[in-house]
Amino acid sequence: MLKFPIFMDAQSTTPCDPRVVEAMMPYFTEKFGHPASRNHPFGWEAEAAVDRARGQIARLIGARDPKEIVFTSGGTESINLALKGIAEMYREKGNHIVTTVIEQRAGIDVAKRLERQGLEVTYVPVQPDGLIDVAEIEKAITPRTILISVMFANNEIGTIQDIAAIGRLAKSRGVIFHTDATQAAGKTPIDVEAMGIDLLSCTAHLVHGPKGAGALYVRRKGPRVRLTPLIDGGGHERGMRSGTLAVPLIVGFGRAAEICREEMADEAARIGKLRDRLQDMILSSVDECFLNGHPDRRLPNNLNVSFAYVEGESVLMGLNKETALSSGSACTSATLEPSYVIAALGASAELAHSSIRFSLHRFNTEEEVEYVGQRTIEVVKRLREMSPLYELAKEGVDLKSIKWKAD
Amino acid sequence: MAYSDKVVDHYNNPRNVGSFGKDTPGVGTGLVGAPECGDVMKLQIKVNLETGVIEDAKFKTFGCGSAIASSSLATEWLKGRTVDEAAVIKNTDIVTELKLPPVKIHCSVLAEDAIKAALADYKTKWGTQAPAEAAASASS
Repeated sequence: MLKFPIFMDAQSTTPCDPRVVEAMMPYFTEKFGHPASRNHPFGWEAEAAVDRARGQIARLIGARDPKEIVFTSGGTESINLALKGIAEMYREKGNHIVTTVIEQRAGIDVAKRLERQGLEVTYVPVQPDGLIDVAEIEKAITPRTILISVMFANNEIGTIQDIAAIGRLAKSRGVIFHTDATQAAGKTPIDVEAMGIDLLSCTAHLVHGPKGAGALYVRRKGPRVRLTPLIDGGGHERGMRSGTLAVPLIVGFGRAAEICREEMADEAARIGKLRDRLQDMILSSVDECFLNGHPDRRLPNNLNVSFAYVEGESVLMGLNKETALSSGSACTSATLEPSYVIAALGASAELAHSSIRFSLHRFNTEEEVEYVGQRTIEVVKRLREMSPLYELAKEGVDLKSIKWKAD
Repeated sequence: MAYSDKVVDHYNNPRNVGSFGKDTPGVGTGLVGAPECGDVMKLQIKVNLETGVIEDAKFKTFGCGSAIASSSLATEWLKGRTVDEAAVIKNTDIVTELKLPPVKIHCSVLAEDAIKAALADYKTKWGTQAPAEAAASASS
């Protein structure tokens, strides 16, 4: 039996796994201690729980030492701490950061702020398939470069970058390497040692953990990375992030990471198969729709398609009573600008307005995929019947030949 | 963003979707907006050349639900009006009727533009002739 609404917007957030909630529960009530309380059992118990979570997260990303995990409030804070913390700590050494045009909003917005504060930032372009050309990063490095920041996998198109190659490059040039792995962690194997990652941002709520907990991996050896904290106070988290730790959320994050590590191989295969089924259904039934991003080097849970001649928000509107999806269209946000990620791929602005993101999660079923695929096809076909662009295209009119009166 | 019931109704049951042949007697066509902006509206009126009354109207819209609703509503309002009466429809009337939020006001502006463009096209093609003459020339 299908239960509505169906959630296929798992790159925005995910439901907590019941096993995660179960692990968290005692830490709200009987195990409520402050992990920095060193002189009584309540504190010891909380500290042990937090350290266990550190270990669980460290193992998920291949970190050698659990102490390298710094807890934050989420991905956005981790990214802020990484970029601003490095910029401040290493400002004697240099003033240049290399990042990409497809970072998530936090990455772009922090870089813009640093620029306003006098840093130089190079935004490396993306190729049409969603991959960043490592040679472009290499070209951008100067003697004043202190940080390379490249997302592991993109939040809209799911494209997985060649992180190991970027790690090698960073190492060879003596530049610190941060990756935003908020979308990748728990979905695809990560090994900070093998991949040469110095800083890594991740968040609990995208791996079936709770909202409000995130982590920044900060390498301790080879090189020892130092950061200026954003938040001053009691000197928690090795002085990098003061503030009482959100113990229940962190326990949940740890448990969520542990489940991901144990089940990743099976889950990726299962979800990847569902995603492929959805993709095949849609691409084989609808003419002139295009896959955005790399077809293979992609998160198993991501599908991003542009449906030519129909606008994304209108597609969502046809589905949103029963299915939660996301669109790169302008109208979904207050900005009225279409997805900068899809636009950066070189797609026309029209196709950027027409993009829909399906993102699957642990609890999606085959039945849900069949339903969502079928309904999407119906809605797109109905909207095409209403689309003047589709009509013109079918008449053989080249849409580019028309002089559009844009306001 | 939650849509008003009227927007949802027009989206689910759009009135007057379709097209008239561009050169059909009495038809005026407006095509406004731009694909790269995410909205394009085609609005057509079919005017009775004897009476000057809009007998039928059709639209096709590429755009969000509010754009679809704005143009659907416009076709409803156009039917039965004379060409002069049609010219007084304002985007603010559409905003009020559909309870459009501020970020969607541009949809109503586009609908008003589409009405104006359709009326202008009608006038260019058919409006210089007296109604009877136009009918005669069309049938010849």
